[in-house]
Amino acid sequence: MMAFFIFGAVAVGASLLVIAQRNPIYSVLLLIASFGALSGLYVLLDAPFVAVIQIIVYAGAIMVLFLFVVMLLNAPHEDTEYDERVHPLLRPGPMRLGAALALVLGAELWWALTRAGDSGRFPAGAVASVRAIGQSLFTDYAFPFEVTSILILVAMLGAVLLARREGHG
Amino acid sequence: MVPLNYYLVLSAILFVIGAAGVFVRRNLITILLSVEIMLNAVNLTFVAFGRALGSGDGQIIVFFVMTVAAAEAAVGLAIVIAMFRHRESLNPDTWTALRW
Repeated sequence: MMAFFIFGAVAVGASLLVIAQRNPIYSVLLLIASFGALSGLYVLLDAPFVAVIQIIVYAGAIMVLFLFVVMLLNAPHEDTEYDERVHPLLRPGPMRLGAALALVLGAELWWALTRAGDSGRFPAGAVASVRAIGQSLFTDYAFPFEVTSILILVAMLGAVLLARREGHG
Repeated sequence: MVPLNYYLVLSAILFVIGAAGVFVRRNLITILLSVEIMLNAVNLTFVAFGRALGSGDGQIIVFFVMTVAAAEAAVGLAIVIAMFRHRESLNPDTWTALRW
């Protein structure tokens, strides 16, 4: 019970700071903290496999990719003078509309979730073993798994093609 | 153990934070990070529901979502690099070539 609230508070707080930071490097590092807290939540949900790949794949690979690009571009701030003066979360106009839309979404989700009633007790048995997940992945989900490999291939080709400097081949 | 509703509410909060980041921020990298926050909120929902239903399918879907997130990050960051090379800016408002 206590661990859920600690991990949840860390995840929410770090995510809030991610969108409140001006410097993307801090955003990326805070998002890694948020992913660590989410990984703890996965452990609480008896999903150690997901917890581990959350750390290895998300915090280890994807976030390092983000960090790499942030440092490569070397453009830490939102660049106009106006952006320097006004904090990103406090801007008027369309930004306020966006924040209002997010609040409406939050209110709708809250409404839907509180009307669902307290039906959500977890049963005793959990599918926690990597063996069971692997068996399911390579039998029932074999076709999506193979499609995923094509997706990765296409993404790799697309990334190379997009980031290639024009005129060098 | 904490009831399922707590996990769903936490996931909804995280999703709203991510959505607010996409709506409010004007920095492409931060917008992509907000998309990652939203994907993770949905992952938490999948794992919580999978645990509540006593099946491992939720965790497998999370596996696929992470793959798609990795592909999205790779392609999105490549687009960001290409755009930054042209305009020296990460602000999406400077990219209006497709606006009618």
